[in-house]
Amino acid sequence: MSGPGPDPTAQPPGNPDRLYILTGGQTRPEAKTELDLVTLIVTRSESDPGLQPEHTAVVRMCDFPLSVAEISAYLELPVSTLTPLLTELLSKGEVEARPPVPTAALPDVQLLEAVMNGLQKL
Amino acid sequence: MDYKSSDGYAGPRSEDILPASATAAVKVVIVGGFGVGKTTLVGSVSEIRPLTTEETMTQAGVGVDDLAGIEHKTETTVAMDFGRISINEQLVLYLFGTPGQERFWFLWNGLFEGALGAVVLLDTRRMEVSYDVIGRLEERGVPFVVGVNAFPGAPRYPMSELRTAMDLDESVPMIDCDARDRASCRDTLMALMRYLYTLTTVSTESQ
Repeated sequence: MSGPGPDPTAQPPGNPDRLYILTGGQTRPEAKTELDLVTLIVTRSESDPGLQPEHTAVVRMCDFPLSVAEISAYLELPVSTLTPLLTELLSKGEVEARPPVPTAALPDVQLLEAVMNGLQKL
Repeated sequence: MDYKSSDGYAGPRSEDILPASATAAVKVVIVGGFGVGKTTLVGSVSEIRPLTTEETMTQAGVGVDDLAGIEHKTETTVAMDFGRISINEQLVLYLFGTPGQERFWFLWNGLFEGALGAVVLLDTRRMEVSYDVIGRLEERGVPFVVGVNAFPGAPRYPMSELRTAMDLDESVPMIDCDARDRASCRDTLMALMRYLYTLTTVSTESQ
């Protein structure tokens, strides 16, 4: 691994080529895993050395739970580009997904009470 | 500063790490026009410095600036700021700020799905944005409260007048919200939770 400091050949985040390579030109994975912006991603195992840098970064970052939105922010990748990458890591068993609390039409009372108690402490 | 690892990607600072016990998250959306204070509100209550996530929308170009034989596409990138509040060891609340203008509604699908509800931040200088937003939320069946972020020097109207101007149902809570003030923002979120609570208990009783 080279030392810290920006790689002069690195492409800026959001560069279309970079996005294309990351997703392998595929923006819609066949097996659709429902990933919400607030699905929490947690690493399950030591990262596989054969992974692409972005994949490795996710695996390293998610030692502790992180939402899809946070990962997107830290990697500076749009959510639509990140989703297939996460789907791949999920299918390889590198990470696990903790889905958001399901809220049907209306959230349940216990959930709301928990949130109110939490907000009260702010 | 963000922690930069050897692979060059920033990750959360050590103080921004969630406990391993965090099992699930919920979200609330803050919606309003440009400059109304969405990010300020998020920053006032968030335990992390607000982060930015991006979403892109690709549209086939419509004849403008077309180069012969080259397929022309335009890509719009929209940034959304968000923050986080740990409710307890297991539960995390995320707050997303999203622009209310119609051209950004493409963001709304993933965003409002599963959201507890929304806070509409009202800018009394530009009421029309909020008017559209409210109509759209009603259509989607997203419960919301209205926070009136009173800017210094902005025209002040009685709540009743604002309610009438927006054609807002009596049951929808309206609250003064100073987006810079943590307690005021917390109270606005509490107003949303109480409103949701009322809606939930009423609908349970009527079953």
